[in-house]
Amino acid sequence: MRVALFITCVNDTLFPGTGKAVVSLLRRLGCEVDFPAAQTCCGQMHVNTGYREEGVRLARHFTEVFAGYDAVVAPSGSCAAMVREQYPKLVKPGSRGAAAVAAVAPKVYELTEFLLDVLKVEDVGAYFPHRVTYHPTCHSLRGLRLGDRPARLLRNVRGLDLVPLPGAEECCGFGGTFAVKNPAVSSAMGADKVRGVLDTGAEVLCAADNSCLMHIGGMLGRQRTGVRVMHLAEILASTEEVKAS
Amino acid sequence: MSRSAREDILARIRRAVDGAPEVDIPRRYRATAEVGDLVGLFAERVGDYRAIVHVVPEAEVPARIAEIVAGRRMVVPEGLPAGWTPPDTSGAGPADPYTADGVVTGCAVAIAETGTIVLDTGPGQGSRAQTLVPDYHLCVVRADQIVAGVPEAVSRLDPARPLTWISGPSATSDIELNRVEGVHGPRTLEVLIATA
Amino acid sequence: MSATFLGMPGNFPKNSARAVQNSQLRYNLRKATHTIRGKRASVVGELPDWQELRAAGKAIKDETLRHLDRYLLQLEAAVTAAGGHVHWARDAAEANRIVAGLVKATGEREVVKVKSMATQEIGLNEALAAEGITAYETDLAELIVQLGDDFPSHILVPAIHRNRAEIREIFLDRMADAPPGLTDEPAALAEAARVHLRERFLRSKVAVSGANFMIAETGTLVVLESEGNGRMCLTLPETLISVVGIEKVLPTWRDLEVFLQLLPRSSTGERMNPYTSTWTGSAEGQDFHLVLLDNGRTDVLADEVGRQALRCIRCSACLNVCPVYERAGGHAYGSVYPGPIGAILTPQLRGMGSELDASLPYASSLCGACYDVCPVAIDIPEVLVDLRAKAPHGAAERAGMRVAGWVLNDQARLAAAQRAASRLRGLVPRRLPGPLSAWTDTRDLPDIPEESFRDWWEREG
Repeated sequence: MRVALFITCVNDTLFPGTGKAVVSLLRRLGCEVDFPAAQTCCGQMHVNTGYREEGVRLARHFTEVFAGYDAVVAPSGSCAAMVREQYPKLVKPGSRGAAAVAAVAPKVYELTEFLLDVLKVEDVGAYFPHRVTYHPTCHSLRGLRLGDRPARLLRNVRGLDLVPLPGAEECCGFGGTFAVKNPAVSSAMGADKVRGVLDTGAEVLCAADNSCLMHIGGMLGRQRTGVRVMHLAEILASTEEVKAS
Repeated sequence: MSRSAREDILARIRRAVDGAPEVDIPRRYRATAEVGDLVGLFAERVGDYRAIVHVVPEAEVPARIAEIVAGRRMVVPEGLPAGWTPPDTSGAGPADPYTADGVVTGCAVAIAETGTIVLDTGPGQGSRAQTLVPDYHLCVVRADQIVAGVPEAVSRLDPARPLTWISGPSATSDIELNRVEGVHGPRTLEVLIATA
Repeated sequence: MSATFLGMPGNFPKNSARAVQNSQLRYNLRKATHTIRGKRASVVGELPDWQELRAAGKAIKDETLRHLDRYLLQLEAAVTAAGGHVHWARDAAEANRIVAGLVKATGEREVVKVKSMATQEIGLNEALAAEGITAYETDLAELIVQLGDDFPSHILVPAIHRNRAEIREIFLDRMADAPPGLTDEPAALAEAARVHLRERFLRSKVAVSGANFMIAETGTLVVLESEGNGRMCLTLPETLISVVGIEKVLPTWRDLEVFLQLLPRSSTGERMNPYTSTWTGSAEGQDFHLVLLDNGRTDVLADEVGRQALRCIRCSACLNVCPVYERAGGHAYGSVYPGPIGAILTPQLRGMGSELDASLPYASSLCGACYDVCPVAIDIPEVLVDLRAKAPHGAAERAGMRVAGWVLNDQARLAAAQRAASRLRGLVPRRLPGPLSAWTDTRDLPDIPEESFRDWWEREG
């Protein structure tokens, strides 16, 4: 199966390890992975901050770049939700690019959806002998409704001890530019999330979005807690032979 | 002044919704709830509000009323079935709601799923003030007045009459969002369910 | 007398930053909102047809709004036929004038009030005071707010920011007839309020209320409440004046079968609230006046995306579930409508001319919890994002966003920016200056990688 990787601008720039993990995981599962180099950003930051015109431009660019693929896989619940849920409202029916949106948007999958719903694999053959807790990010939980997909994948990882996160469904406080526009409330939300993570005694906090992990991880790091944050893909890519970095 | 405000507002509305799409109302919710034991569920749900609940055969209702309200000066609303009228133990005659100890009434309809009693000021139900001012309310509900859910109750009621829907005693959630019984309405609600 | 929010200074980030530092407030809000979340989830979970009720509730409100002119005329005719009087008010000043005139016509100088968002919105108490009329709030939480000379901070529970110990102190300080041995037991506090208000209820000749619903078909008004103060106000006084927003109308009596299920379970987390009163026109000989209030609602109605905010039935479920409200508290929103619904309603009703109102659409992490619990399916995040596009943007931010858009719209420019960042990776300080310190005050920055994913892919992908 030939799939396009939509890396997302945040992962491309700041978290290339997540992209490499997705490539190695998908190849291990028999997929041919393509990376359309013209891709840039889905436009979520612009739209959600009130810059719709820039967002529409980026949405049109996205649909041109990814036209014609059977499936587009993104290691981000937030960006996948942006394309699938928000694009059809952003590029209004009848306006330029609307047909392209209608064609491309439904083919965009968040990584765990692609693994479980398209490839139909629940055990990806991963090995990760650590105590891990999972934070369901808002857009993967309430936007894409990933449900227990991430947990099902994690439960099949050998050696992994999955512990439930108290208050898991509550937002971590990242919220894109919310984190800098309302830093006090964002940090207060993050502090409560950090407390939940510490209560689990986990070594690693994982999620389907590096942006939220950048915020929670930034607080875990500032507080010298010793808890690592990792994208779900990096755990799923890890095997006995190839350890996660 | 008021007339032109009316015209202004209506005109603004018409401009605002001009060209907006028409709406279909999907009513796929339950028109009637499947409840096996209406009396049992109603009794349980009224009890959840910390009301006092009794289930008694219809024939025993007069005796139970007399027993329950003994020693209390009760408001007796017009049209209360003769048997439900408590014997006047005070000798002072029918009580005024502002000085009475309590009120005894029937009801228009009751809802099992929510533990709700509805009064419509009909015979035996008193005026709205009569069932509000006294601190104690004894309400007799006949089993055949209990419906399963809210939709059945709404369809049985007459909107032209003033209605009071009562679900347990007066309560407030204003302190730390926890329900506490007893503010301005009757602080004690006692319900007698009369079975055939 | 509680002041109104009109002209409140500040902005949401500043107001909420202060609130976040208040440990008592944080504790009170966390405790109360988590209690009510659990209760709501449990009673909503009991109904197998919740989503169907929600879909019907949404559609009934949309139908009402689509033909609001027709339903208001039908309502007016039905209320009038049942012996009531209907008045129309374009704005707050007009509504206040009408109410003050009606009260004066009775010769009374005191009114009792049952909690109403509409009368808070228009600052009725202050307007009546200016006319020499005293308005007494009778809802326990409103009483706490009024006695404490405070602002309401929640739609349903205006004193949610106060715990029992604080309420006891307010009563002892400000309530002349508070028993000296008053404890902080909620039952004792409720009893003190009962005694305090009893005489006033029995004495008052005029009451002012709002309404949760108005039925166009029958002219019936509906008020849901808990304490019985509503029944007292609606029943005992000779004159009743109800001030109600025009969007509160429902087409038919039958529609109540939906809303009397949606509202109590969403608001107080009960199967049913203790008391619901319905009346049509002049009930039991009462003199009844209905004041229909626009006050910006027709502007909201004109906005294709924003008009869904008019479906709101003021249940507060969105406040109770909102992680931002839980930390910021209601006062930070500077409006009688706080929380997620306030963040979309206030800027639409008042416009975004003030710094505070322009900051409200950003008072959300867009987590979507509010949309999930909304009983009439208002897509609050959608409206927030739409309002952000209409909000005034600062020059520096606008320039930054334009540059970011330019870089991100082209792979070569993006790759060049990424390589520049990689070259400078050793030079990034742990604490950033200027507006970016908002990030680094509480969080470490991620390490900038040696190369971007796209460069790695080009090399070895």
